[in-house]
Amino acid sequence: MDLRYTEAEEGFRAELRAWLASALPTLPGKPDRADWPGRRAYDTAWQRMLFDAGYAGVHWPVEAGGRGATPTEHLIFLEETERAGAPYVGANFVGLLHAGPTINAAGTEEQRRRYLPGILSGDDVWCQGFSEPGAGSDLAALRTRAVRDGDEYVLNGSKIWTSHAEVADYCEMLVRTDPDAPKHKGISWLIVPMDAPGLSVRPLDTIMGTSEFAEVFLDDVRVPVANRVGEENDGWRVTMVTLSFERGTAFVSEVVACRRLLRELASLARAMPRSPDATAWDDTTLRRELGHLTAEFEALWALTKWNVSKASRSGVPGVGGSVFKLRFSETKQKAYDLAHRLLGRAALCVEDVAGLPSGALVDERLSSLSYTIAAGTSQIQRNIVGERILGLPKER
Amino acid sequence: MDFQLTSAQRDLASGFRSFCERRFDRDRLRGLVDRDRPPGMVDRELWAELAETGVFCLRLAEDDGGVGLGTAEAALVFEEAGRALLPGPLVATHLAASLPGRVGTGAASGDLVVGLAAADQFPLLVEHLDAVDELLIRSPDGIRRIDRSALRATAIRTPTDPCTPLHHVATVPDGALIADAAAAERLLREGAVLTAALQLGIAGKLTEMSTRYAREREQFGRVIGGFQAVKHLCADMLVRTEVARAAVYAAAVTLDDPEAGDPAVAVPTAKLMADEAATRNGKDATQVHGGMGFTWEVDVHLYLKRAWVHATQYGGPEEHEEALAATL
Ligand SMILES: Cc1cc2nc3c(=O)[nH]c(=O)nc-3n(C[C@H](O)[C@H](O)[C@H](O)COP(=O)(O)OP(=O)(O)OC[C@H]3O[C@@H](n4cnc5c(N)ncnc54)[C@H](O)[C@@H]3O)c2cc1C
Repeated sequence: MDLRYTEAEEGFRAELRAWLASALPTLPGKPDRADWPGRRAYDTAWQRMLFDAGYAGVHWPVEAGGRGATPTEHLIFLEETERAGAPYVGANFVGLLHAGPTINAAGTEEQRRRYLPGILSGDDVWCQGFSEPGAGSDLAALRTRAVRDGDEYVLNGSKIWTSHAEVADYCEMLVRTDPDAPKHKGISWLIVPMDAPGLSVRPLDTIMGTSEFAEVFLDDVRVPVANRVGEENDGWRVTMVTLSFERGTAFVSEVVACRRLLRELASLARAMPRSPDATAWDDTTLRRELGHLTAEFEALWALTKWNVSKASRSGVPGVGGSVFKLRFSETKQKAYDLAHRLLGRAALCVEDVAGLPSGALVDERLSSLSYTIAAGTSQIQRNIVGERILGLPKER
Repeated sequence: MDFQLTSAQRDLASGFRSFCERRFDRDRLRGLVDRDRPPGMVDRELWAELAETGVFCLRLAEDDGGVGLGTAEAALVFEEAGRALLPGPLVATHLAASLPGRVGTGAASGDLVVGLAAADQFPLLVEHLDAVDELLIRSPDGIRRIDRSALRATAIRTPTDPCTPLHHVATVPDGALIADAAAAERLLREGAVLTAALQLGIAGKLTEMSTRYAREREQFGRVIGGFQAVKHLCADMLVRTEVARAAVYAAAVTLDDPEAGDPAVAVPTAKLMADEAATRNGKDATQVHGGMGFTWEVDVHLYLKRAWVHATQYGGPEEHEEALAATL
């Protein structure tokens, strides 16, 4: 067990830190949450800067246009970018963390050449069309049909909760290519251009009142067979590749962000009057809860290192991601519950009031409610831990 | 960074696990609980064998007759001790082995059973008093050695954990200072991490016991582990154990190499996460076992009760949470 970073790893960190210090001040101002074109432009600009500096797809293999960083260097990359206050991957999330790695692992040479460069440079934004109104947790129950017609598929159906659909260029989409096969066997993984005729997007408002995701309708949309990644009807296997990437590293930088959140809450508590001669910090219960959450996030950070080291040795992300995701998403919500308690009635305002940072905190609290739902609900993660790690029998 | 066990560390852990399985199997444990209780619950013969495995002198330099390993290795061994539910003041004696003089030498060789109590506890309950040859008291100004003959203590008739006998000590006689404040502070941190390792072993063992039971016990024509309500209890037990594992190992590595992290954060994190994993897993394991879980003959309660003992040693949640809040 060695927690020390090697000289090479520290070198990578120092170089990255120096670049971040020079690059971040040149980034344009952050757009409003409701301004989707502005958000896309902002995320793309950041991706382009990473690309030009050689940090795009830092952990992707060199053949795919990445830097071939080791898992530990990737961890350092996520830690340092978060620490420096760099933007989140945002609209590039699906391309960089799902679609790109999947195409790289399961696509053809032609597909890799055609799609990977646009993902890395930020020119192409991707979305994920897996879920459907009738198929969320039970993803394999999806019904969107793709019927072969010559060298094209004709798609009919609809997708829902598709994040970034409003501004995406491509969608990684699961479709049913064999309706008669058992549900996991008749699925294919397709690349669907979002400007294809017959495809329409209807934004869905979230509990924050903003449109983070959308419904996607497919009405006789024609997609070349050449856009299929993997074999026909073998899409479930490809999907498992995609999901292991999603759970592998998607939340790492957020642990760092949560540790910062606790420091912010502590300083807010010290400044928050509770009575003429006491602040919120004098409340032992609240203070101890902050202490406990510190332990939680420290332990989750140690667990991240454990999982990353394990994956570096075995070469695959493994089910440790489910253990992490389950605990992290629930703990993150607890941290925002605490923020809410600290703010008192200011938590009734999704905007700053009386000099308090209630706007961001309340917005983030609402947003954190999705963590135990998206990317597999907590109940589904518990099933995964119970069945795949502990070997308990499957649901019937 | 390579935060995984080395092959030497894996061998050490599995070697100590087989020692426990051989010398302190379930029969021996149940014998202690139900039949032949030695004074203070410490079996001297087993103690001598434990000393031979190097448990007590594990971190002493080889030149001083020790094994020359670090806190990381000690944590792995104590995790196994926790799994096996080995009784006795293991952590206290292991810590005492690093002290100067006769106490240290005796503890390291296994000739002495050493107890270590915290002066600031109320009420002051001393563990395994009938077994210990030396009693040390830890206070902020250092470690004192108490003259046993001057001690007036009342035995507790029914300690919650049948394997951890207790005495109530009303007033602590003065003792001779044998180590300074810095040593007391160091022992407190090491004790917290090694006790957390015992808790980790307990948490993991409880997860295994519950999962096995959930795979065997049938109700409504199927094994109960197929019911999500039960499966999810088991899954939560595993998650708590793995989170605690990462925290305990990280703290142990950090004590060996302070450049790897901040002990002031890593140590309380480890103790909090491990105490929570062991005690909450104890509760959930009782639930998974149903009515059997409420019987004396099923071991679950022994693990839960031991977890409760450890949760009061080397700092409870109040202390560690406050310590972490102070770092914010
Ligand atoms: C912010 C956000 C962004 C998203 N982005 C995308 C995206 O970009 N692309 C995409 O494809 N999808 C996306 N999703 C969809 C997400 O993956 C699904 O919402 C999720 O998988 C849950 O499915 P569901 O909403 O149908 O809930 P349901 O499956 O209907 O679940 C409802 C409740 O029932 C529980 N439940 C369901 N089945 C079981 C079971 N077997 N055992 C126990 N409990 C069960 C669930 O845990 C949950 O509590 C997004 C969701 C959110 C919230």
